[in-house]
Amino acid sequence: MKKMLALIMILALMAPVFALADDMPVVKIGVYEPASGDSGAGGKQEALGVQYANVVTPTVVIGGVEYKVELVPADNGSSTDKAPSAAQKLVSENVSVALGSYGSSVSIAGSQYFADAKIPVIGLTCTNPQVTAGNSHYFRVCFLDDFQATVLANYVSKTLGANMVYCLGELGNDYDQGLIAFFTQQFEALGGSVIKEDFPTNTADFTSYLTNAAMYGADIFFCPVSIAYSTQIIQQAAAQGFEISILGGDTLDSNVVAEAAKGTNVSVVITTFYQEGANEEFDSGFKAWLNSDSEALTNNGGNDMVSAVSVMGYDGYYMALAALQAAGSPDSAAVMAALPSVAIDGVSGHIAFDEKGDAIRTSAFVKTINNETGEWIFVTEQTVE
Amino acid sequence: MWDTVFPYLLSGISVGGQYALIAIGYTMVYGILRLINFAHGDVFMVAGIVMVYIAASGVPLWLSIPLVLIITALVGFLIERVAYKPLRSAPRMSVMISAIGVSYTLQNLVLYVTGGLNKQYPTIPWVSETIVLGAAKTKLVTVVTPILVIILVAALVTLINKTKIGMAMRAVSKDFETSQLMGIKINSVISATFVIGSFLAGVGSLLYFTNYSTVIQTSGAMPGLKAFVAAVFGGIGSIPGAVIGAFLIGIMENIIKGLDVILFKSGVITKPLGLATFSDAFTFALLIIILVVKPTGLFGEAATDKV
Repeated sequence: MKKMLALIMILALMAPVFALADDMPVVKIGVYEPASGDSGAGGKQEALGVQYANVVTPTVVIGGVEYKVELVPADNGSSTDKAPSAAQKLVSENVSVALGSYGSSVSIAGSQYFADAKIPVIGLTCTNPQVTAGNSHYFRVCFLDDFQATVLANYVSKTLGANMVYCLGELGNDYDQGLIAFFTQQFEALGGSVIKEDFPTNTADFTSYLTNAAMYGADIFFCPVSIAYSTQIIQQAAAQGFEISILGGDTLDSNVVAEAAKGTNVSVVITTFYQEGANEEFDSGFKAWLNSDSEALTNNGGNDMVSAVSVMGYDGYYMALAALQAAGSPDSAAVMAALPSVAIDGVSGHIAFDEKGDAIRTSAFVKTINNETGEWIFVTEQTVE
Repeated sequence: MWDTVFPYLLSGISVGGQYALIAIGYTMVYGILRLINFAHGDVFMVAGIVMVYIAASGVPLWLSIPLVLIITALVGFLIERVAYKPLRSAPRMSVMISAIGVSYTLQNLVLYVTGGLNKQYPTIPWVSETIVLGAAKTKLVTVVTPILVIILVAALVTLINKTKIGMAMRAVSKDFETSQLMGIKINSVISATFVIGSFLAGVGSLLYFTNYSTVIQTSGAMPGLKAFVAAVFGGIGSIPGAVIGAFLIGIMENIIKGLDVILFKSGVITKPLGLATFSDAFTFALLIIILVVKPTGLFGEAATDKV
């Protein structure tokens, strides 16, 4: 009886081998995104773009052989202490290339593990310059914080005519702190003044920070924080009757944030990568897919608004496929060697890398929230010469 | 000057009241079992999540609030029965470890159920309305909180001093074994303690999340820790101590966040010092100072441990 059982167990173990035997070969792409924690909402939306692209284009021809593309998710938990184990998971899964992450801190925290394993990573929305600085394996398809900060500072100073900005960032968060530092530099160069404060991780009570901004007489409340914090800031601002405009970076570009501002008087202005409506074909396809998959719809915050991060996920996936094709092999080192010269025409525009591995971007979208409908509306496309 | 300080004071009193409701749970359980119930902050968080799901399922508000309180009390009761009661005769350290285990279990359970995303807390009408108080605009809940806390504490103190179960609680907290010999059903007294503590945490969560509107599995950690500090500050084991400690912590924390502005406005400093960064560090530094200088806290009884 025991022998019989052992035999059955062995057969059961071998079953997947048989099942795969007659299938096409598989190439693995790692999805290095937070699915939980403060940035969980954003990470899920970014991963949705990748998943949708995978549904649209499930296979890729590499060196004359058709491969099935398998996405390997790894949750970095939005935290730098969980990021290494998520990166190691992807390394041990032998992914050819990884995509992510939402949040520059976790991208930096996991970076070395990918470098050691010679696996290239394509950052989708991690905008901190340090992500790609000083290494040859990290690339990115989005713009950088110094660029974004210049856009924001110019917009705030010249278009909104503000003189004093109150900045609030999360302690120890590379994205928040980096963007605020660049913004301060730019804004002070334009003749404005800046007051900066920090809040510790897991803060829920922002009322005193909002009061501070009002007391200082700031014209703008700049908080490029993660979605979880920004929704709370907006709601507490609404309860306080906060009259100062809230300004944010690309992290705030989420329907969750727009929902939070719905029915309030809080004005929110952000810069971002993409504006819904810029590419009809992508928008309608993505919405149809979201509505056909209840889990995807939940991960998108319950409605079918297109977030810019999803678009970046979508473009990043095609960038990865283009790199695999150029490499002619699913070997990660070959993909890394091929990546610098890859270029595609993505939904968010033409994407090519500069010598650091950063996408060459010259414009950003400025958006604001329509407080009645809870939707993002396009303000302007800001370019920096 | 008053106009500058007032908004911070208001935030402080409000959040202090919410800490107070959690701190009572810590202090009561400690008084009776000599156990720091580390899962208490998570019971508070679970109350928030339960409210989110009950409201989402379409239950009317007048029913959902009592339902949340009952479920929270039940959660507290079950935790005690499952994780602490079997360890009644085990060393105190084992129970403490079990409490930490419960804390992580609850967090991960909620992580699994919610998928790790922030859940929007339902709006409770009336208390969510914005009111103007002098120089500050705030939600009505900010004003309701301290009043409700005082009413609840008065009721609790009456319960402990005037009723039979209250007398049993006092007896058990004085001497565990002797009260057992005197015929007190120790298990039902302990259960009652957990039910009351969790019920108050449930009320606290209603007030807290009405103000701070989103719930995630880690939402209970910080308020839980601060309420614990408040309980120690006030003298763990003492209910009035926990309440006063919580109000003091809440107020001081918010004053520190606004200290830059207050000093700036009154002309003491010309450039902000960035003191707001240290609001949490301050709370925990206070814990250390209290433990070093006056380990029994503001209102704690002097330890009379007989060997």
